[in-house]
Amino acid sequence: MNIMTEKSLEDAVNAEMNRPNEPIKMRGDQVTVHYGDKQALFGVNLDVRQNQVTALIGPSGCGKSTFLRCLNRMNDTIDSARVGGKITLDNEDIYDPKIDVVELRARVGMVFQKPNPFPKSIYENVAYGPRIHGLAKNKAELDEIVEKSLQKAALWNEAKDRLNEPGTGLSGGQQQRLCIARAIAVAPEVILMDEPCSALDPIATAKVEELIDELRENYTIVIVTHSMQQAARVSQRTAMFHLGYLVEEGPTDKMFTNPDDKRTQDYITGRFG
Amino acid sequence: MTDISLDTLASSAARPRRDIGIKKRYAAERRFRLYGVLAIAVGLAFLGVMLTSIVSKGYTAFWQTTVTLPIHFDEKIIDPSNKRATDPNVLVTANYPKLAEAALIEKLGIDPSDRATVRKLKGFLSDGSRVQLRAIVAADPSVIGTTRDVDILAAANLDSAYKGQIDLNVPESRRKVSDQQVEWMNKLKAEGVMAEHFNTGLFSYGASSRPETSGVGVALIGSIYMMVIVLLLALPIGVAASIYLEEFAKKSRFTDLIEVNINNLAAVPSIVFGLLGLAVFINFLGLPRSASFVGGLVLTLMTLPTIIIATRAALAAVPPSIRSAALGLGASKMQMVFQHILPLAAPGILTGTIIGLARALGETAPLLLIGMVAFVADYPKTPFDPATALPVQIYMWANEAERAFVERMSGAIIILLIFLMAMNIVAIVLRRRFERRW
Repeated sequence: MNIMTEKSLEDAVNAEMNRPNEPIKMRGDQVTVHYGDKQALFGVNLDVRQNQVTALIGPSGCGKSTFLRCLNRMNDTIDSARVGGKITLDNEDIYDPKIDVVELRARVGMVFQKPNPFPKSIYENVAYGPRIHGLAKNKAELDEIVEKSLQKAALWNEAKDRLNEPGTGLSGGQQQRLCIARAIAVAPEVILMDEPCSALDPIATAKVEELIDELRENYTIVIVTHSMQQAARVSQRTAMFHLGYLVEEGPTDKMFTNPDDKRTQDYITGRFG
Repeated sequence: MTDISLDTLASSAARPRRDIGIKKRYAAERRFRLYGVLAIAVGLAFLGVMLTSIVSKGYTAFWQTTVTLPIHFDEKIIDPSNKRATDPNVLVTANYPKLAEAALIEKLGIDPSDRATVRKLKGFLSDGSRVQLRAIVAADPSVIGTTRDVDILAAANLDSAYKGQIDLNVPESRRKVSDQQVEWMNKLKAEGVMAEHFNTGLFSYGASSRPETSGVGVALIGSIYMMVIVLLLALPIGVAASIYLEEFAKKSRFTDLIEVNINNLAAVPSIVFGLLGLAVFINFLGLPRSASFVGGLVLTLMTLPTIIIATRAALAAVPPSIRSAALGLGASKMQMVFQHILPLAAPGILTGTIIGLARALGETAPLLLIGMVAFVADYPKTPFDPATALPVQIYMWANEAERAFVERMSGAIIILLIFLMAMNIVAIVLRRRFERRW
């Protein structure tokens, strides 16, 4: 038992990291969402811990994307959506009237299901966020931000010679990494990812997953995914949603090996969903 | 041998073929295609007939017969009592046509005392020579007393005869040119004195009771003024209204009502807008009648719904993912609209605007009501001066009886169609270019 191979050491370190000992970055407290008359979320309590990847899983229409969109108030853009309960970022209520939604979204960035680069050059795509938020004083600083963001998104080597070519000309996987670079460029604290790999092939998916794992060092990540393997591979904590309720939440390895709720077990073993 | 064995193999292996109506389905498709081709053929045929008719009647309007005469600016005719130094009116009221007539008499070698023959010259040259020669003298009074070659316009009837549009087999008493005039015409033609030139006057003259000195100049200026006014007013107002309705306004009963009414406005007959313009702009606000400014305002009202509908469609067609991307990065709504949505919607907005403008350019009915059906001979200096518009000029010429006016009407239609076609081509090119960017 005390003989530790390198492999088991790594596992132990991972297990250590998966413990809920990191500070809570975002907290959802009795979050409810209505779309018109239809209620989509029922009193969800969920903590998102700093420098961890939290995966939201569950069958289609279970409310996991809805919850994700609450975290940077993207639901505000839907006229009929009403959000109840309390969501905090560093103990500040993000739905407080004093909080500016533009500032919030600069702190909580988002990557979408379908790669959605602006129909502008690769450079402009990444530079847009820093530019509107005034993060660079001059061209040289902006160039640096663009380069660093692309490097962090593992796109620099592929894109450095074609910065002025349209971002829409990249392949699907590259486009998604460009979108991640674009989100990173604003220097957010939290990055929300809504099924970032669902439109990508397995090779591109592997690259993005690798990237997510690296990004965890500097950012807090919440990812919605339909792929159990992906949740198992990239996340430290997993939350299972079903029909608008949070079924269960816990360390990923526990969720996948020994879940408390039968629905979670059924879902991850593929019996429904 | 192999065929037989394959057949038997196939029949033993395959299930019996079901009749699933394949033949019928293909026949239906063929019929439908045929209807489509027929419809296009009929449409093209009508278009062809229309264009052929207009062009065949109108192309001659772009040519004008002139007679080149050595005009002697005779002091005795222009200023018989030598008072021009003190009275400038002398040069304005002088009998200039007589100079042209004298030159023609000399050219044809007619005895000036032969009153009967001289009288037959009446209606050979255009009375427009008065304006033409007066302008020469006004520009340079020292020309008086000298001789100079001037291209004098032939009168409309002679112009028609020269172009072969008058049937000379008709008895002389029943046509507008006499045998004597035709004889002179042929003589001058043989000498190379009488010839056809490109008709620049068609583009520069204003209204006139003589076909040879009437043109679309005033109408063109009026139309250009109106288009500029429509563009300056309708584009910003229309785009701003669309952006507000599409991007900012909360969806409610009220905005639904506005939307329905904008669509209704687009379908309101244009003459109603003319009535509105008459009642509001002229009677209530007291703006001048016949002015292209009022015309521009009325056409703006008429074009606004078209532009708003096209702009809203273009804005709505921008994928939601772009909106999410911009908002997700922390762009404000305003930044999202002006930095991402509007540039992407621009081709659609431009196309809608140009098509709206083209419609406004061809619009006649509302202009009739605000008094733009007017005899305007002088160029409008500002949009507040009386002017006409191209389609109104066509309408007025269509009401004239003389043959030469019909020719000019067709010519004006060709000019109008060229303008419309140019605008539509610009719309297509702009759209292609912007869409191809990425």
